[in-house]
Amino acid sequence: MSVPILKQGDYLIASIQSELSDADLLKLRDDLVRRVSDFRTKGVIVDVTVLDVMDSFATRTLRAMAHMIMLRGAQTIIVGIQPEVAFSMVQLGLKLEGVETALDLDEGLELLDRRTKRG
Amino acid sequence: MKKEKTSQPTPESETALRQELVEHFREKRELLRQQWVQQMTAKGLLAGLSQAEIETESITIYDTVIACLETGEYEGAEAYATRMAERGVLRGMTTEQIIGGMLTLRNVYSRSLFEWYQHNMERLSAALDIYEPVANKILSIVALAFVEEREKIVRQQQEAIRELSTPVLQVRDQLLILPIIGVIDTHRARQLTEQLLQTIRTRRAKVVVMDITGVPAVDSKIAGHLVQTVDASKLMGATVIVTGISPEIAQTLVTLGVDIAKMNTVGDLQGGIEVANQFLGYKVVRTEPKAGMDNKEEKV
Repeated sequence: MSVPILKQGDYLIASIQSELSDADLLKLRDDLVRRVSDFRTKGVIVDVTVLDVMDSFATRTLRAMAHMIMLRGAQTIIVGIQPEVAFSMVQLGLKLEGVETALDLDEGLELLDRRTKRG
Repeated sequence: MKKEKTSQPTPESETALRQELVEHFREKRELLRQQWVQQMTAKGLLAGLSQAEIETESITIYDTVIACLETGEYEGAEAYATRMAERGVLRGMTTEQIIGGMLTLRNVYSRSLFEWYQHNMERLSAALDIYEPVANKILSIVALAFVEEREKIVRQQQEAIRELSTPVLQVRDQLLILPIIGVIDTHRARQLTEQLLQTIRTRRAKVVVMDITGVPAVDSKIAGHLVQTVDASKLMGATVIVTGISPEIAQTLVTLGVDIAKMNTVGDLQGGIEVANQFLGYKVVRTEPKAGMDNKEEKV
């Protein structure tokens, strides 16, 4: 199950549609890191609303991806983490250091607008 | 329930005697039941029950007890006692009414046994050996059912108190406050976090002011929970501002080495709300006070 990546103005939006396998996640990471430079993208939003579980691999991959994208000159925001997922993540000690998060796509876009205008 | 120690009745005669008792109680059913109801009425144990209820309940209880005596099985009695406890507690019946009622029934039965066997002491003693364990067992079943029902209610109420003790309030758009009062234990900390995260999602909050003025002390576990709450909220895109940290708690946090660098802390709730306002881009401007507040009181 590959993840569609949509271009929206200066941003890329990756909207996850179903639970992802580890391989799918790595593919998403590679696709996004590669496509950042295609249209002079300033920001990337990854929507994880449908995920009921975020394990250590997913967390690590998303964090690494955000750092890679930052090195390629864009901001990453992860949106739509569910309350239960957030709670279990902190209980398991999984952290998204250096990655910004927002409630949903709407808030994520607004946050990106603010971040990229400042930068 | 069988008493092996009693020397006189052999197993066969015990079965026969048990059957005899059952038949005796069945025969005198109407008489004994009426006696029982009369005695309970005299003691005022039936207050609040209608005549029809007294009839059906007393018949059922009477027959249930005899069934226990006959078969030595108590499942029926247990199920009935639980149902009775549920209804009785709901309708505000006292434990005294229930236990008193069962004790009265016990007396009625034994009195009838005494009368019936009064010329044959040996047989009376054997009959009591069979009857009394059953009566005791039934009494304890009823008492247990009631205690369990009460405990269930206590648990439900405790749950309700806990829910009420962690209100998450919206002050203005995107701003929540979470006043915490009293000791936080692990269970409460968990519930608090869950409730906060749900509210962040439903109210689409950006900033949460968590006020811990009312928390007397924290230990490393609770401090860890607070940090977890802050982190989890951050994952949901909301910033948490912690206010009202007392000198003692501040010392504890530093001594414990809690990572407070990433926690936003402000002195008191007022300051916290002001910082939150700045964060959200609100500006509170003082205008001429309205006279409306005073008028309201005068009208009343």
